[in-house]
Amino acid sequence: MAETTKTNIQLFINGLLNENPIFRLALSMCPAVGISTTVMNGLLLGVAVIFVQVFSSCTIALIKDYIHPRIRIPTYTLTIATWVTVIDLVLSAYFPVAYKAMGIFVRLIVAFAIITMRLEVFASRNRVITSFWDGMGMGFGFLLGMVVLGAIRELMGMGTLLGYDILGFRPLLFFVLPAAGFFLIGFIMAIFNYVEIVYKRKTK
Amino acid sequence: MVKRFKTYSVIMGLMMALLLSGCETEHRFIKKVAFKGDDGIAVTFAAPVDDGWAKDISNFIVSEKPDPDIMLDIKDTALNPDRTKLTISFKDSLNQNMPHILTIKRIISKGRPQGTATLTVKKLYFGYLLSILIGAMIIHNFVFTKYLGLCVFFGTSQKKSTAVGMGITFTFVIVFASLMSWFFYQFVLKPFRLDYLQIVVFIGMVSLSVQGADTILRKVNPALFKAFGVYLVLVIANCIILAVPLILADNEYNMVESFMLALGAGIGFLIALFLMSSVRERLELANVPVSYRGLPIAFIVAGLFALSFMGFSGMSIF
Repeated sequence: MAETTKTNIQLFINGLLNENPIFRLALSMCPAVGISTTVMNGLLLGVAVIFVQVFSSCTIALIKDYIHPRIRIPTYTLTIATWVTVIDLVLSAYFPVAYKAMGIFVRLIVAFAIITMRLEVFASRNRVITSFWDGMGMGFGFLLGMVVLGAIRELMGMGTLLGYDILGFRPLLFFVLPAAGFFLIGFIMAIFNYVEIVYKRKTK
Repeated sequence: MVKRFKTYSVIMGLMMALLLSGCETEHRFIKKVAFKGDDGIAVTFAAPVDDGWAKDISNFIVSEKPDPDIMLDIKDTALNPDRTKLTISFKDSLNQNMPHILTIKRIISKGRPQGTATLTVKKLYFGYLLSILIGAMIIHNFVFTKYLGLCVFFGTSQKKSTAVGMGITFTFVIVFASLMSWFFYQFVLKPFRLDYLQIVVFIGMVSLSVQGADTILRKVNPALFKAFGVYLVLVIANCIILAVPLILADNEYNMVESFMLALGAGIGFLIALFLMSSVRERLELANVPVSYRGLPIAFIVAGLFALSFMGFSGMSIF
């Protein structure tokens, strides 16, 4: 993957569609199920993940030549933990209400497999700028997934979007339940699979 | 085999005795008395009591055991519809760590006086511990109710053997890592006001535990290492292993409570994995539409499990 010279924009789109963390790579699904109850939550967590992903990728890309291979995993973990602490403190200071809604998930960003994996697979082998765009792509893919899920759940469950009343009634309160997050991700993954199958069939 | 059964039954008997002893009270008419919420005491009677008697708050005297002369201010009393449960609310919140003495004077039930009762109200500690354990295991199951640890969950739940292996390894690591994190939190982070370093320190503890477990297992029991070694690496990617220390730091649990929480989390994860793997093994043989094969149908099954585990929510023991 490091050999192909993709343009930066291609990397970005890659993170959004081809290798969307939630729907295709099936990583970091914990918040996707639990937090995507409203668009606002999804947005905030997505922004937090973008922040952590981009900064960690750039940091590791900067110091990749000085990391001994045997201690690379602890190094990644330490970097991610530091950035997560930063964003955690920032969010709890400037957005206290939303921070409370997200509960423990902001601090758990450090355990997201996607970030560590991205560092291992990409940032430790590429330059800073490419890592930056890859990180942005992955982060935005995550954000897109969270926002789409959040939008569906909020619209169908509460009839609102971002707090604005759109439908005026609540179609199916079930969607606000976290169990619906499981169902929705399953369905959307199936849609992605189906699209891929049709696409493959067409290009044969 | 028979000997093991005997030891188990003795242990169970002891536990039941401990549990039940907290349920009995010293008066035959009062079935149960316990703290309720922050500022109340709930009394359960053996038969319906009279409204008039219950509304008169001068019939109740409450004080903390170490200070029997200081009577606490009662705000009001509330009787439940079938008049067997009475909730006494106080003006200030109660210090539930202290045993309280509750004197109920001249109980009148169905017009007949039942006497005066003096009871001790205290939190049943063993029950509290058990409720943390069962809470973490079932009521707040980390996979189905808190949606943590899903990546590893879906990755290892395809066969029963991998699932059980992962669950057991995980339980051991999480108990060890949580206890170490607890020590670090209490004796290093808190005294030096380094709370904001929680995340870094806890994940460090987790990595250390995994590395330690890896090395120890390799040397002590290579056969076991062959079976479970591969799962150790996956433990780090699990959100639960970081969530448990964060929760016990937020709630300021003491050592035994943290142990219970970690044990409950591990066993709950094992239960969830076991259930999921049993279903997924069957799914392999079922006729699933092509786009749903693999992960999508697994998610939908997990959703069904999550719905059913929701039935446990709101359950409170003790």
